[in-house]
Amino acid sequence: MTAVNALTIAAHDSATMLGRELKHTLRLFRLLFIGAILVPVVMLLLFDYILGGAIGHGLGDTAQGMPYVDFLVPGILMMTVAAGSAATAINVSTDMTGGIVDRFRTMAVSRGALLAGHVGGSVLRALVTTTVVTGVALLVGFRPKASARDWLGVIGIVAAFSFALAWLSAALGMVAKSAAGANGATLPIQFLLPFLSSTFVPASTMPAGVRWFAEHQPFTPVVESLRALLAGAPIGNTAYLALAWCAVIALAGYLWAQAAFRRAAR
Amino acid sequence: MNGLRKAYGGKVVLDSVDLTIREGEVFALLGPNGAGKTTIVRILSTLIPPDAGTAGVMGHDLLAEAGAVRAVIGVTGQFSAVDNLLTGEENMLLIGRLLHLPAAERRARTARLLERFELGEAARQTPATYSGGMKRRLDIAMTLMGRPRLIFLDEPTTGLDPRSRQTMWQQIRDLVAEGVTILLTTQYLEEADQLADRIALLDRGRIVAEGTPEELKRRIPGAHIRLRFADLASLDAAARALGASMDDGEELELRVPYEGGVRSLREVLARLGDDIPVEDLSVQTPDLDDVFFALTGNPSKE
Repeated sequence: MTAVNALTIAAHDSATMLGRELKHTLRLFRLLFIGAILVPVVMLLLFDYILGGAIGHGLGDTAQGMPYVDFLVPGILMMTVAAGSAATAINVSTDMTGGIVDRFRTMAVSRGALLAGHVGGSVLRALVTTTVVTGVALLVGFRPKASARDWLGVIGIVAAFSFALAWLSAALGMVAKSAAGANGATLPIQFLLPFLSSTFVPASTMPAGVRWFAEHQPFTPVVESLRALLAGAPIGNTAYLALAWCAVIALAGYLWAQAAFRRAAR
Repeated sequence: MNGLRKAYGGKVVLDSVDLTIREGEVFALLGPNGAGKTTIVRILSTLIPPDAGTAGVMGHDLLAEAGAVRAVIGVTGQFSAVDNLLTGEENMLLIGRLLHLPAAERRARTARLLERFELGEAARQTPATYSGGMKRRLDIAMTLMGRPRLIFLDEPTTGLDPRSRQTMWQQIRDLVAEGVTILLTTQYLEEADQLADRIALLDRGRIVAEGTPEELKRRIPGAHIRLRFADLASLDAAARALGASMDDGEELELRVPYEGGVRSLREVLARLGDDIPVEDLSVQTPDLDDVFFALTGNPSKE
C-alpha cells in the first residue's frame, strides 16, 4: 500500500466515521444540544440581567470601556465551546465501553478514523451551538462591532479552540470507565476554567493568587481574542497566544487519546 | 496456533495453547467462564497480542500481518457490537462503507443479509427496539458484510431463549454450508455437539481434550438410570432381571445405561416387572460438569 493510497483510505474512513457521528448528533439532539446551548444561554441571562447591573456598576471603566453585555458575550461563546466537551467525552466513552469499538478494531479500518470522526463532529457541533448562542445574545442586546475579517477571526478561534478541547475530551472519554464518568471529567473544562479566567470579570479584579492563574491559563487569551475581535478593537498578540495554547492542548489531547487507545488493546 | 500464552497481572489466562483449525470446519472451544475461550478469540482476531506464541490465520501471521488477517476474518463477540443509535440498515451500510464496498453492492448486500436474518421489517428501527435474538442476528449480519472466510462466534447463544437459540443454530449451519470456517466458543456441551466438527475442551487456560464430539463423548461417563432398593433381596432380583452388575453393593443401588427417551425408561421398568419394589429412581445425564470431572478430575466450578 503506497502512502498516498493509505492517506486516501484514512480520509475515506474518517469521513465515514464523521458521518456516523453526525447521525448520532441528530439522534441525540436533545441530549447533545440542550446542555451545549441551554447552559451558556442561562449563564448569559443570569449574568446579563440579574448580576449584570451590579457587576457592570462595580467594574466601572475596567469593563474595557464597553457595556457589560458586550464584555460578557465573548466569554459565553467560549463557554459554549467548552460545554461541547461533555458530548464528545460521552460519545467517545459510549463507543469505547460498548462492543462496537471491537468490531472496528477487527476490521481493516484505518486506525485513527474513529477519533477523527468524533473530533470532526465536535468541531461542527461547536460551530452550530456558538452560532445559536450568538443569535440569542443579539436578541438580548449584544452589539458587536466586528468587521467581516474580524468575524472570520472569531470563527477561526472558535474552530481552533473546539478542535483542541475535542482532542482533550476524546482522551477523557477514552480513559473514563463510563459515560457518566466521562461527563464528570469534563466539568472542570466546562465550568472551573471559564470561571477562573476573564470570562465574567477582568482578571485584574481578582485576588492576587487567582489573578495570576487567570492571567496565565489558556482560556483567558481565547476569551480576550474573541472579545477584541467582536469589539473590533486592536487584538495585539493575544490571538497568537490563544492559537498557541490551542495547538498545545490539541497535541497533548491527541497524544493522550492515542496512547489510551493503544492501551485499551492489551 | 502455537504455544499461545497470556497473563494479566500474574494471573495466567492462557497457558501454552496449541490448536489447528482446518479450513471449512466448525471448531468449538468448550469450557466454563474464565477458561480462556474469549481470550483466544481476542488474540486470534487481532484485538490483543499474546504474551508468547505465534499464530497464523489463513496463511497470514497474526502479528506481522494483522491488516491481512483483519481482511479475511469476521468477529461476533460476546457483547453486542452494533451501533444502538443507528437503524439496522444504517448499521449494515456503515460496515459496508468501512469495507470500501461500492454503493450499489453495499445496498444490495444490506438488503439481502437483513432479509436472510429476518430483519427486513426491523431494518428502519434502531436496535434499542430489538429482542436479544434480533440484536445477535444483526451482529452476525454485520460480520458477514465483508464475506469473511473465518468467522469467530464468541458464545453466540448465551442469554438467548430456546427458540432464538434454535434459529441461531440453523443460521450457523447455513454458514457452514457456504464453506466458511467457524471458530465457536460455548459453555454448552449440547451446542458444541450440535454444531462442531471438532471440539477442544478448555480448562483454566489449558486444552484438556480435543477431538470430534464422538471421540469426546466416549471419554465421558454416559447417561444412566439410577435405581435404589429397600433391601438386598430386591437388589439381587433387579440385578438379575436387568443383567446389570452391582457396583455399589453397599448402597443398594444399581446403575443402568440409559439411551434417552421415555421408551428406554419404560423398557427398564418393564424388565423389572411389578414384583421388584423400587424405592427411588433417577435419570442422570452428563453435563459440562461431568465432562470436566471426567477429563480433568476437577469440578468445573470452584
